[in-house]
Amino acid sequence: MAVVFDKTKGLTDKPFHYCPGCTHGIIHRLVAEVLEELDLVDNAIGVAPVGCAVFCYDYFNCDMHEAAHGRAPAVASGVKRVHPDKTVFTYQGDGDLASIGAAEIIHSAMRGEKFTTIFVNNAIYGMTGGQMAPTTLVGQKATTAPLGRDENHAGMPLRVSEMLATIPKAVFVERVSVHDVKHINQAKKAIKKAFQTQMEGKGFSIVEVLSTCPTNWGKTPVESLKWLQENMMPYFPLGNFRTPEEEK
Amino acid sequence: MAGRVIFDENKCKGCELCTTVCPVKIVVMDKERINVKGYHPATVKEMDKCTACSSCAKICPDVVIKVERL
Ligand SMILES: Cc1ncc(C[n+]2csc(CCOP(=O)(O)OP(=O)(O)O)c2C)c(N)n1
Ligand code: SF4
Ligand code: SF4
Ligand code: SF4
Ligand SMILES: [Mg+2]
Repeated sequence: MAVVFDKTKGLTDKPFHYCPGCTHGIIHRLVAEVLEELDLVDNAIGVAPVGCAVFCYDYFNCDMHEAAHGRAPAVASGVKRVHPDKTVFTYQGDGDLASIGAAEIIHSAMRGEKFTTIFVNNAIYGMTGGQMAPTTLVGQKATTAPLGRDENHAGMPLRVSEMLATIPKAVFVERVSVHDVKHINQAKKAIKKAFQTQMEGKGFSIVEVLSTCPTNWGKTPVESLKWLQENMMPYFPLGNFRTPEEEK
Repeated sequence: MAGRVIFDENKCKGCELCTTVCPVKIVVMDKERINVKGYHPATVKEMDKCTACSSCAKICPDVVIKVERL
């Protein structure tokens, strides 16, 4: 008898507070497994966001720091500069990273801060009850867009990975998804590469993960995975946008 | 290849994601029982068909499932 799958040591024993079927939980597990596999559980320092993942400091089994809404990249920049030998990451939602924290993520990437960002894009403000985010799709309903996002009123959704990939010192940029097992496996590989890029001292790294919010999308968890695939993936194409030169 | 899955049942939130990915379709919701959270938990009825592929465990957002290869 061999154990082929068990909870990683990168997670604490505390049960997640997330809604049933919310893929924040899958993404937590992937990050935590990478921490364990790269022997970082005792080395890493994570920075938690404001958003549904605000309590992720209780779930990751490494040192954690909370940040004000959107400011995790600023906190991570400071932590990494003081502790260059540590592996530092932020875990942020799309409201946190792409609206109130847009300046912090862009300028951290511009400066080439050597930390890793896990960017959870669920196309909505989950925690506060389903308001429109910069990433909400055209036509997608939100409490602040009851008839669906109107591009003439609210513009077009922001493609964060494509935008950050134009910044020279953003050396690893990839968009992944967790809507099925194959993509979950690919997402983990990208997260591992991002951390390795940081450990090799190469620059800023980010993995954007397309994620679900069954509660605020008004769909079952199973319907939500399908909705992500059919609606988010065409507008937010998966793929690697930047890899350090020598690995190409 | 024979396998076995073990559910940390009281952590299950009844989301049903694990029931959609099993290649031999043996993961089902137990409509006869509820767990401490008040959900019908996921369970496996015909364990002898399990291939230990880990798909159910990998899609579970709440890390409920442990997989063994026999
Ligand atoms: C300075 C400040 N402004 C606004 C808020 C309210 N607020 C809390 S979470 C949130 C958005 C969360 O959305 P997202 O980052 O997408 O995370 P999710 O919950 O979807 O994972 C907002 C606007 C706040 N806590 N602090
Ligand atoms: S509100 Fe949405 S993002 Fe937040 S835990 Fe619930 S399903 Fe997940
Ligand atoms: S390990 Fe694979 S075969 Fe076994 S129950 Fe889970 S999904 Fe089904
Ligand atoms: S995926 Fe996990 S939480 Fe969801 S029903 Fe299956 S065991 Fe329960
Ligand atoms: Mg969000």
